[in-house]
Amino acid sequence: MSADLQALYRDRVLEHSRQPCNFCRLEDADHVVSGSNPLCGDSLQVYIALDGDRVRAVSFEGHGCAISVASASMMTQMIEGAARADAIETIERVRDMLLASEGDVLDAALADMSVAALAAVRRYPTRVKCATLAWQAVHGALTEDAQTVTTE
Amino acid sequence: MSANPQQVHEDQFERDMMRYRADFPALAQEVNGHPLAFLDSAASSQRAQPVIDAVTHYETHDHANVHRGVHTLSQRATERYEGARESVQRFINAASTREVVFTRGTTESINLVAQCFAGPKLGAGDEVLITHLEHHANIVPWQMLCERTGAKLVVAHVEDDGSVPAENVTGKFTDRTRILAISAVSNALGTVLPLSEIIPAAKAADITVVVDGAQAVPHQRVDVQALGADFFAFSAHKMVGPTGIGVLWGREALLDAMPPWQGGGDMIETVTLEKSTWNTLPYKFEAGTPNISGAVGLGAAVAYLERVGMDNIARYEHLLLNALTEQLEAEGDIRIVGTAPGKAAVVSFLMDGVHPHDLGTIVDHHGVAVRTGHHCAMPIMQRFDVPGTARASLAFYNNRDDIGALIASLATVRKLFK
Repeated sequence: MSADLQALYRDRVLEHSRQPCNFCRLEDADHVVSGSNPLCGDSLQVYIALDGDRVRAVSFEGHGCAISVASASMMTQMIEGAARADAIETIERVRDMLLASEGDVLDAALADMSVAALAAVRRYPTRVKCATLAWQAVHGALTEDAQTVTTE
Repeated sequence: MSANPQQVHEDQFERDMMRYRADFPALAQEVNGHPLAFLDSAASSQRAQPVIDAVTHYETHDHANVHRGVHTLSQRATERYEGARESVQRFINAASTREVVFTRGTTESINLVAQCFAGPKLGAGDEVLITHLEHHANIVPWQMLCERTGAKLVVAHVEDDGSVPAENVTGKFTDRTRILAISAVSNALGTVLPLSEIIPAAKAADITVVVDGAQAVPHQRVDVQALGADFFAFSAHKMVGPTGIGVLWGREALLDAMPPWQGGGDMIETVTLEKSTWNTLPYKFEAGTPNISGAVGLGAAVAYLERVGMDNIARYEHLLLNALTEQLEAEGDIRIVGTAPGKAAVVSFLMDGVHPHDLGTIVDHHGVAVRTGHHCAMPIMQRFDVPGTARASLAFYNNRDDIGALIASLATVRKLFK
C-alpha cells in the first residue's frame, strides 16, 4: 500500500470513521444543520445544544465517506463545552488547515491534536470538501446566531 | 487435443479488438505508479489519435469562419464542418442533413427541444413522462418547463433489478401525455431500455418521443429512422470525440415548425431593424460561429467508430462486461446495483461497509479510474436508497487487464477498511 494512501487514511481517521463519537440525534438541540456534498453523496445532520453562550452538546448523524465522518466526529470532540467564540475560532483554524496548500506548515495549535491526522486531505482537492463538511455546517449555525446576537 | 473452433474464433476476435487500444494515447500512461486502467468512459471517453489529428490539422491549416467568406480557407472550413454533418447523418441514418443540428451536447439538445418544441405546446394539466433512471439532463429541463407551463412531470417506475419493462412506461400514458423523454441506455445502471416496444406505442398514442441517446451511440448501432422517435440527442465526448459538441437529431417537419433557439448570426436569412427571417434547417438552430473544430473532431470520431464497426464494439464490450460482472460477483462483499438483463457495459457497485468515495480514492492509487457518486442521476440513487455507487464503465479500448487491475485494487480497499 502506498505511503500516500496511508497518510490519508491514518489509523486515527479510520478509528473515528468506524466508531464516530457523538453519532446520534440530539433531542433538545437548538440548531439542526444539514451539510451535504452532492458530488459524492455525503449527507450529515449536525445537532447543537447551547447553554447560554456555551456549546453544551454537539452530535451528528447521516452517511458519508470515512473522511467526512471522521472529521465530523473530531469536530464534536473539539467544540463540545467550548464558549461560542472559542468554538468559532477552533473551527476557523481547522478550516484554514484543511484548505491550506499541501506544503504549508501545520498550525501549531492543531499539530498535536487528532484533527491534524486529516491534514493529508490537502493533497486531494476532490476530498477537501468531505473533510470540511461538518465544520462548515457548525460554523454557519454559530456565526449566524452570533450575528443575531450582536444586532439585538 | 484440438481446441474448440468456436473458442479459437472468439479469442481471435478479442485479439483483433485489443489492437484499437493503441489508438488512444492517453491510455499509455502510468497513474500513481501503475498503468492507467480507465474505467470511466460513461462519463467521458478518451480520444482516438485520428480525432486528435483531425482537430490539429483543421486548427493548423483550415481554420476560418464557416458559411461566410468566399476565400479559400472559409470554403475549406465550411467543407470540413458540413462534411462532419454528413458523416453524422450517415452514422445515425438520418433522412437528411437538415435533421442534424450541432449543439454543445446532449444537455443543450434536450433543453432545445424542451424550450422550442415543447414550450409553446404545453399547457396546464398536460403531462411529460420520464423514467426514474434518467440523467439530470433529461429531468431538470422538463421540471423547469413544467414549472413554467403548469404541466405535470410523470415518472415511470424502475424495477428492483434496474430494468424498465415497456409496460412501466406505456402504462403511464394518459390522454394528457404530450412528451415522453427517455434514455436509450442508463448511464448509472447500464440498463438498456426497450425502446423498440415503447416508441411505437407512444407514437400510436400521439406522444412526441425525445430520446437521450448519450450512452447508446458510443456502444451500439443507432438508426434513428428505424427507432421511430421524434428527437434524439447525443454528445461527441462520449464517443471518442471532443467535448463541447453534440447533436440534436429531429424530424424535419418538427424542426421546421419550431421557433429558433438563440438569435444571432448564421441563423438568419435576412435582418432589418424591424424584422428578421430565419435561415433554413439546420442553421436556424445554430446561432453564432459554431464549434467548427469540435464538429471536425466529431466527424473524425464517427469515421473512426465506423472503421472499428459498431457491431464489433457491442460484441467486444459484451465480452468484457461479462468478465467484469463475473469477477465482481465472485468477490463476496460486492453488491452490483442494476442487474437488468441485456445491460450495456456499465457496472455500478458497492462494497460492504465502504463508502464509494473512499473506494474511488483508493483504487485511483492503483491507477484505476472509476466514477463515484450519484452519476448525475440522483433520483435513481434515491430509488435504490444508496448515497451513490462506484461505477466501472467500459469502452472497446479496455481489456481484461483493466478489469484485473480494478479487482486487484479492491484488495487494498479491504485491507484499509476491514
